[in-house]
Amino acid sequence: MRLIVKNCKVFKKDTDTIYVEDGKFADKFDESKADRVFDAKGATVLPGLIDMHVHLREPGYEYRETIATGTAAAARGGFTAVCPMPNTDPVCDNPAVVSGILKKAREAGKCRVYPIGAASKGLAGKELAEIGLMKEAGIVAVSDDGKPIANAGLMRKVLEYASDFDVPVLNHCEDYSIDMEGAMNEGIVSTSIGIKGIPTASEDIMIARDIIIAEYLGLPTHECHVSTKGGMRMIREAKARGVKVTCETCPHYFTLTDKECESFDSNFKMHPPLRTEEHRQAVIEAIADGTVDCIVTDHAPHHQDEKVIEFSLANNGIVGLESSFALSYTYLVKPGIISMERLMDLMCYNPSKLLGLGRGGMEVGDDADFAVFDLENEFVFDKEKMLTKGRNTPYHGWKLYGETMLTVMGGNITYEKLC
Amino acid sequence: MGLKNKDLLGMKQLDKEEILEILDTAKTMKLVISSGNKKTSHLQGKSVVTLFYENSTRTRLSFELASKYMGSASANITTSGSSVNKGESLLDTARTIDMMGTDIIIMRHSQSGAPHFLAPYLNASIVNAGDGMNEHPTQALLDMLTMYERFDTFEGKEVAILGDIYHSRVVRSNIIGLTKLGAKVRVYGPKTMMPIGIEEMGAYVANSVEECCEGADAVMGLRVQLERMQSSLFPSVAEYSRFYGITKEALDLAKPDAFLMHPGPCNHGVEIPTDVYDCEKSVINEQVTNGVAVRMAVLYLLTARRNSL
Repeated sequence: MRLIVKNCKVFKKDTDTIYVEDGKFADKFDESKADRVFDAKGATVLPGLIDMHVHLREPGYEYRETIATGTAAAARGGFTAVCPMPNTDPVCDNPAVVSGILKKAREAGKCRVYPIGAASKGLAGKELAEIGLMKEAGIVAVSDDGKPIANAGLMRKVLEYASDFDVPVLNHCEDYSIDMEGAMNEGIVSTSIGIKGIPTASEDIMIARDIIIAEYLGLPTHECHVSTKGGMRMIREAKARGVKVTCETCPHYFTLTDKECESFDSNFKMHPPLRTEEHRQAVIEAIADGTVDCIVTDHAPHHQDEKVIEFSLANNGIVGLESSFALSYTYLVKPGIISMERLMDLMCYNPSKLLGLGRGGMEVGDDADFAVFDLENEFVFDKEKMLTKGRNTPYHGWKLYGETMLTVMGGNITYEKLC
Repeated sequence: MGLKNKDLLGMKQLDKEEILEILDTAKTMKLVISSGNKKTSHLQGKSVVTLFYENSTRTRLSFELASKYMGSASANITTSGSSVNKGESLLDTARTIDMMGTDIIIMRHSQSGAPHFLAPYLNASIVNAGDGMNEHPTQALLDMLTMYERFDTFEGKEVAILGDIYHSRVVRSNIIGLTKLGAKVRVYGPKTMMPIGIEEMGAYVANSVEECCEGADAVMGLRVQLERMQSSLFPSVAEYSRFYGITKEALDLAKPDAFLMHPGPCNHGVEIPTDVYDCEKSVINEQVTNGVAVRMAVLYLLTARRNSL
């Protein structure tokens, strides 16, 4: 397939046309030879985005999401690669499940899928999973996501053993022993509305522990969806000391606060929980100063029956793939907090580097992974238009910039906005 | 006349004028209760359903009697004898009750925000009879009625509340309501049961039972659940009553005309020694009567609003 995208602005390039041939970026060819010419009408071409922290729910929870629907949602968000977490049923803790996920992803053909394997068998936090064999099957990292690696001894062994295979370790950083069955951030709001609180100390304790172990061993660790001021401070200081610690955060931690929980709407319920304005500002500061390496969504589709219920009983998490770029662009780039270059580091180059994906290139001969975004016109985010099965978004009705017009993965159109 | 909102979800949703209107109406209702003929027609032709997902003696019975005294058709559902036991969701259960033409649903639920979650889905007015650790507005209103009968004004009055503050919806509703009327609330209890940021709600956190009670106009004890020992919130009953119980000596530090309250049910000898519970300063039994009066007032004012629409 030969594709031309014309009348576009291209990230870091002085051209207004993109040529694609045989799945790769190509040299200029005549429009008459193209199978498809897409008129971008002045929209902006960016490298295909990479989300290294999503939940595609398959196998086991197909009523929430399938690999097909999840990757279609990813394409609609401008993503060309996603990394699904292993908390499926069966757990992705062996090469057979990894192969199954990859097969389904190829069949769907909407987005590159790089699975993350479990760090421990069954996510039970007791014995090492088959990290080497899973790496051969195609995983790019290990994590017990959702379940922190609570035991410090096991965390040490995971970091050591995974490093033999150059497999990054991503840890969900919360110490549940101090959570007291909390359902939201502990603070003035949780006290006022009588919801049991999760202290920021829960996250800070785990980040501190991981940094200590990583520093002691001289091995890398990656801290998932960091939401606290203290966590960001410790990671900043550790990086400055030369500790090999990296981290990610999510759009909800820089766009929302725990004040939203006053509505008892479970679309504001997730782990770690939404924090106070002070922490939201600290997350933004850490994004701006380079402490944060990646923006991820923690895309967590749930069925309505698991979300449209009593707040404390509702499942944790929100969908994010279709709002991530627009939120990041609207709340970080548009107000001038970070540059578009920095946003592409956060949403493409850094995840690619961290996981060794070799993605993000836009030179002739590189895989044609890119997306076209309308950065000029405001649009209203509509949950009914989402391609994910989940409807659990807190952003319905939000006015944003950065709507996806077109997504191309390996030279194939994986999403196109219908006018 | 009547309340501004369809539902009574909490003291957070009431303003000063509404609170005073409820209290004044309740004073009138109290006359009905004390009269020989406990029958009015305020709720005639209306239906009231109590839906209780948690145990209750006082709250549920007083709501039922209140609605019956005022002539409504009333029914009650408990979780044990209903489809809730078959796994029906809260929303489905509430909608089912709603669709039977119910005017007012009175609900108690273990989850904070459960009535707030339901309210937009229902035609019926929903009255929060206690939601998790969040609010118990009619309890606060009956507590305030008990004070209102003794205070000339709430302005500047000092109310001491002692016990398990963290888990108490009664405390939250009282702090919010009393603060709106210009009173001041002091709280005291073990740090393990003191929620972070309670000062921001307008409460002063005292450092001892004595400090909390000293010079107070009213003293309220809260039930401490003995199961809390298993979560390491306090070590033993003996230790709790020794350091956190409301002793006669502590009560004597309050103003001479101060009185002792408790929302019930009380653990005698734990949060309050039995002789103090029964002392002349105790108004605990009168609170129960006021509970019926306040609930009559709430049902009446919600109905008046519904009738005016």
